[in-house]
Order: sequence, then structure tokens, then C-alpha cells
Amino acid sequence: MLAFTLRRLLAAIPTLFLVVLGAFLLVRAAPGGPFDEERVLPAELEANLLAAYHLDEPLPTQFLRYVGGVLTGDFGPSYGYRDYTVGQLIAQAFPLSLMIGGLAMLLALALGISAGAVAALRPNTALDRGVMALSMTGISIPVFVIAPLLVLAFGVSLDWLPVGWSGSGGISRLVLPVVALALPQVAHIARLTRAGLIEVLESDYIRTARAQGLPTSTLLLVHAARPALVPVLSYLGPAIAGILTGSVVIEQVFGIPGLGQFFVNGALNRDYTLVLGIVVFYATLIVLLNLAVDILYATLDPRIRLT
Amino acid sequence: MTATRSKPFSVFGIVLAVLLLSLASCGGPGPDAPAERVLNRGLGSAPDSFDPHKARSVQSGTVLRDIGEALLTHTPGGELTGGVAEAWSVSDDGLVYTFTLRGDARWSNGEPVTAEDFVYSFRRLVDPATAAFSAESAAPVENAEEILAGDLAPEELGVQAVGERQLEIRLAQATPYYLSLLAHTSTQPVYAPGVERHGDAFARPGNLVTNGPYRLVHADPASLVEIERNPYYWNGAETAIGEVHYHVLSQPASEYNRYRAGELDITDSVPAESFAAIREAHPDELRVAQTLAIYYYGFNVTKPPFEGNPDLRAALSMAIDREVLVERITGRGEAPAYSFVPPGLPGYEPPKLPFADLSRQERIDRARRLYDRAGYSDDNPARIELRYNTLDTHQRIAEAVQVMWRDVLGVETELINEEFQVLLANMRAREVTQVFRSAWSGTYLDAHSFLSILESGNEANLTGFANAEYDALMRRAETEANPKTRRLYLEEAERVLLSEHALIPLYYYVSKHLVSPDIEGWQDTILDYHYSHHLSFRAPD
Repeated sequence: MLAFTLRRLLAAIPTLFLVVLGAFLLVRAAPGGPFDEERVLPAELEANLLAAYHLDEPLPTQFLRYVGGVLTGDFGPSYGYRDYTVGQLIAQAFPLSLMIGGLAMLLALALGISAGAVAALRPNTALDRGVMALSMTGISIPVFVIAPLLVLAFGVSLDWLPVGWSGSGGISRLVLPVVALALPQVAHIARLTRAGLIEVLESDYIRTARAQGLPTSTLLLVHAARPALVPVLSYLGPAIAGILTGSVVIEQVFGIPGLGQFFVNGALNRDYTLVLGIVVFYATLIVLLNLAVDILYATLDPRIRLT
Repeated sequence: MTATRSKPFSVFGIVLAVLLLSLASCGGPGPDAPAERVLNRGLGSAPDSFDPHKARSVQSGTVLRDIGEALLTHTPGGELTGGVAEAWSVSDDGLVYTFTLRGDARWSNGEPVTAEDFVYSFRRLVDPATAAFSAESAAPVENAEEILAGDLAPEELGVQAVGERQLEIRLAQATPYYLSLLAHTSTQPVYAPGVERHGDAFARPGNLVTNGPYRLVHADPASLVEIERNPYYWNGAETAIGEVHYHVLSQPASEYNRYRAGELDITDSVPAESFAAIREAHPDELRVAQTLAIYYYGFNVTKPPFEGNPDLRAALSMAIDREVLVERITGRGEAPAYSFVPPGLPGYEPPKLPFADLSRQERIDRARRLYDRAGYSDDNPARIELRYNTLDTHQRIAEAVQVMWRDVLGVETELINEEFQVLLANMRAREVTQVFRSAWSGTYLDAHSFLSILESGNEANLTGFANAEYDALMRRAETEANPKTRRLYLEEAERVLLSEHALIPLYYYVSKHLVSPDIEGWQDTILDYHYSHHLSFRAPD
């Protein structure tokens, strides 16, 4: 397994390089620049700015400068948040995204797996259909509808929970964003769990185990759960990366200073370094999470070999 | 078997522990209730910097006006008044300004604010190495242009400390609006030892030393900015509110929710889609006032079909029913625009478009005649591209204009919706643009703030308008010391601009805020500046 991990990590280096190159070319190909506004700057001011940020150099020089910086852990200054470097912004925003995304994922796993299991144990009954209908609703309603509805219901009308992130601190402000972020995931996970579990429960070895008189709980937790959760696991890798790097919509609605809104605002404002920094960070995260998922596969399903 | 099974659970446990730990550390300010009430204000989008020289956004300006103070500042009603300067005089030729600083002006660490601090700050503002966005505010000063271009050292700037509290500023040429530039945040002093010690990080909380009514306590640039009373501020006795929290909320709908939930006292804006309902629900809290900003359509006059075609431009401008746009589409109390400079500036009366006094039918008739004269007809209609940046309001206005042009003139308009940066790049290049949506806001109380951008060669002149008579009038206005004569030059220049129809003024922007009934001291002003130290909480009945 160590050899496998090392090989995968080495293979990640060219991948990440290509990601950086592609992202660099893409952000630079977009029209406009980081200092463009309706209030166009006088020529000499603009020249001073471009020089100060090395944007007057030829593109290849800028790219080498950037890659050189990244290799030493320097993602450069942000053009849009000029008192901060990109590294500092990511370091500020990621723990928040990690906390909210992580809690949402835990909630989604707990609710989703339970709901999926309940449905799988009583397939094609009213209970199953009810759970699946609910989860279908959860998948279909976009977050940008769910989040404002939750705000209106629990924040404004009932006044139980704070509406926004800044200000009235404490743990209560986590509830609405975490729930809003978790709901669509609950639905996905429930459906995957149900499908996986139904398939496993019909397999021969489960039938044998049942014939031996094992109680349903043992059957489910010891024998069926691990293979049934493989589809959930393969879904989780990218889902966790996505949810951890922030949900733009949730962050906008609740005013949470997470990574997602930095990414979107950075792209819209041509904050080249900020966008690139988050892309590199995100790509690294995906590579690592995919690796972790592959390793977990082998743990969950002994038929899978890491080579 | 047991060992492998327990592994995922131990991983799960570690993740959970990490999350709970980070939860505990991110708990926020905690439940300890401050004795004094905090003022909660919506800021809009994120501020870009608290370095007065690197700041450019409106949001940074709002916070900087609270934490810093320039030589001059504004009264609650928006008039110029002494800031750090308690007195000043201007030489007869309008070239030399002499300021006397207050003896009790202090930095937030207690040190006195001196004339040397201003010398240091002005030099830093124009130093090319600073790459300041708002260095334009120093442009009238002697040698400023040369220093910005890198031809002279910053020490050559015409700003001098004559004594510890005496500051002399020499201008390259008389600039009648110069005093209003000295209330701009870019002319606030920066604390030299802080800049030298912390470099680019000097404007972060913990490092930043300022000289205004408040000082920076905490800044999470994408979420929350907290400021508190600067105990050393010279006029601190007049500051009623001890602590202000600025909340970064770029979505007006989110802002409105927080206002309704009692989490905000003042909003930065009001959601357009529910404006009517809000006016109904909060008639006394809604504050709408005309601002120094205009929404306009520009013509690219350097390319066909608009190059050398004032008749077509005039016909298109006349065919637009601006009243319908502001009543049916924007609907938030905006006034239809018939001039480029918004009304309300002291000492300036904007002239109006030549057809402003005609009835709708007369305008339609005249527009058709001009359209004919330009060589178009029903068989040979003008085909025009109208570009605007992606936003619901822009789209709806463009669609309405498309219909008006079609119904009145028979023009075939193609609407092209572009991302803002794409539109900006196109407008600057002037290659593909024909008609484009744009806007302009004044940063100082003078018509020059608007009219200067249409001088030929000005980088912000997106239309490519170049008119010798206009340029000559503007040059005369720029050097004329007599305010009455100068006003005549400016008004005449705008009259030329309007008669050439280089652009179509559509409406003047309004500021829109919800202000809690608990707040006292709020005044609507054309610049839409609302210093926190002018506000107070109404005493409970």
C-alpha cells in the first residue's frame, strides 16, 4: 500500500502542473484585467500598477515567477484584497469551509445512510416510497431555493436562529448553513445507500447468512454494510472536495467568508492570483481525497486490490 | 478482521474531533454582552484595502471615512469642513494652500498628527512604487504628474511642512475644486512608522494606526469589519456610538433579511425586486436620495454607424422614453436624466438635452425626421448592437430601449449581454462596440468630476468623443480662478457635449438605505456619505 500511495503521489505532480498551466492560461485568456473598472485609470497610474504586480512582464516570465512562488509556498498577493496574500486568504477561509462542509457531510452521512437503509429493508413499501420521494425532492430543489426558504422560516418568521454569519456569534449561526448544505447530499446518499444495500441483500452470501439464522442487525452491520457502501464512498470523494472548498450559494446567502465566494469573486474581478491559488488548492485536495477513497475501497471491499 | 473494521471508525473519530476543535476555536465573539449598543451597518461587497492609497472600492471608502481623517471632512449634510486642518488660506493666484493643523489631532496610539505626516503621505500617494489607485487626487499638486510618470523623485512634490502644524501645498495650476479633493480618503495621512515596519501588511488589524473617530479592531475582509472609538480623536466627545460593525453582504436580499431579523441597523442597499413591498412595509425607514451618479448609454463615435453621424445619435436619444424607464423598470425613485452631470452640485446648473422641453410626440416626430435625414428608412433600417453587462436591470432596460427604438424609428437592435470585464475590455478597445451601457459617479463635488472624462484622450472616455471646442472650454475651465466664469465654461462645455449626442443620459442613480427608527442624525446627501460619528441611538422613551 505504501508503494501504491507513493506512486499515486508522484503521478499527481504532472497532473497538478498541468492544472496550474491550464488555469493560468485560462484566467489570462479572459478579457479584462484585475484593475479594470468603469473608472478607467490614467495611463501612468495603470502602468505603475501593472509594474508593481509584475503584470507588465511577458506571460512566460509571469508563469515561471508564479510556479516558482508556488513551489516555495508563496501564492502571491491578492489583487482584490490588497492587504492580504492569497495564502493568508486561503488559510482564513478554508477552516471555515472545512468546518461547515465537514459538519454538513457528517449530518448528510448520518441521515442519508439511515434513510437509505430504512428504505432498503422495506423495499417497495409505502415507507420506501416515502423516503425516496422525499430524497428526490431534496435532489431536485436547488440550494439557492432551500437556503432562503430556511432563512425566511427559521430566521425571519420564527426568529429561532441567526440569519447571518457576522455578528451574533456562537454555534447557532452554524445550524442553517449546515442544514442547507447537507439536505441535497442527504438525498444523494440515501438513494445510493438504498440501491447498494438492496443489491447486496439479494446476493447469495447474505442469503446463506440469513439461512444460518443470523439476526438482521448483525447481517446489516457486519456483512452487508461494507460492500453496500462502496457506491456511497466513490460519491464521497468528489463530494467532500466540493463541499469543503465551499458552496458559493450558501456562502452568499449567509454571508460566510469561505473559499467559494473568494473563488467566484476572484474570477469575476480577474483576481488572477486568488483564482489560481484556489484552483491549485482544490486540485491538490481532490488528488488527495481520491487517493484516500481508493485506499478506503480496499479496506471496505477485500476483492479490490491496490496495484 | 476486527482491526480493519475499526479503522474507518477511528478515522471518523479523528475527523469529528478536528471538526469540534475548529468549531470551538471559531466560536466568534461569544455571549458576553457589551454594555454599549453596537451599530450594525451593511457594507455591500468586500472592502479591497484599508490602506488609503491602495483602497479603491466604495466599501473601503466608507470604512476609511470612519477610521481616518483627511485635512478636510464633511458635515452631516455633506458640506466641506475642517478635518485635521482647523484653518486654511489660499493665495490670490489660487496656487498656494496653507493649512493649520489642529494641535489636538492624534493618531490612535496617542501620538500627534503633524504636518510631516501629511508630507510623508502625499509623497507616498504619488510614488510610482506605491501604485496608488487614487493618486489622481494629488494630480493638481506641483510636480505630481512628473513623479507619477517616474520622471521626478517623490521628494520633489509641492507639499511642504512649514512648521510642526503648518502645511503648504503648491499646485501646478489653479484648481478651483482642489479643497474637495482634500476630503477624499486617498488624502488621509498614513502612519509612517507603521508603513515602514509592516510594509504591505500595515493596514491589517493590529498593525493599522489611524487618526479618525474610530480605529480598526478586527477585519475579516469578506465578512465583518469591527471598529471602535479612537480614544485620542480630537472631537471624540461628539462621537456618540462607541462601536460599529460593518457586515459584508453583497446580496441586498440577504441584507434585507438581516435587517428584518434585527441584525442590522442600516442597510447598504435595498433589493430591487421587492422594492415596492419594502416601501409599503417600512415607509419611514426607507431612505431614497438622488446621488452624484448617472446611468447612460454611450456611442462609439469612432466607428460606423455612429462616426460622424450626430443625426442618428440624436434620433436614438430622442426616441427613448426615459420616464417609462424610471417608472416601470427601475422604479426606485430615480429621476430621468437630460444632462450628463447630475443636478444638485453647488454652483453648477447642468444644461439640458436640446429636446428636453418637447412633448413626447414632438420628440418622436423630430426623431423620425433626423433618422430620415441620416439616410435610414423602413426599407433601410439602422441595425445596431447594444451591449450591456449581465444584470437583470440592465437587461430589462435594454429590452425596453430595443422596443422604443423599433416602435419609433424602426431600428433593428441586437442585444448583446456580456460579462462585466468583457464589456469593459470591449468599451476600452472601441473596436466592436456600437452602443454600450455604462455609468459614472462623481468623487468630488464639482462638474469637472464628470465632464473631464469626455475630454479627448482621457482614458475613461469610452465613447471616443473628441471635440476641439469642448476640449478648449474644459481647458479654460481648468485654469479659470473666477468661479462664476469657470461655471460658464463648464456649462457651455456640457451644452456642446449634449448637442453632439456622444452619449444618451438615461437616469440619475439614487441611494437606497433602510435606516432603523432607533438611529438619529442620518441625513441624505448627494455623495451618500454617512459618517458613523455623526449618528447616534435614539434614547429609549
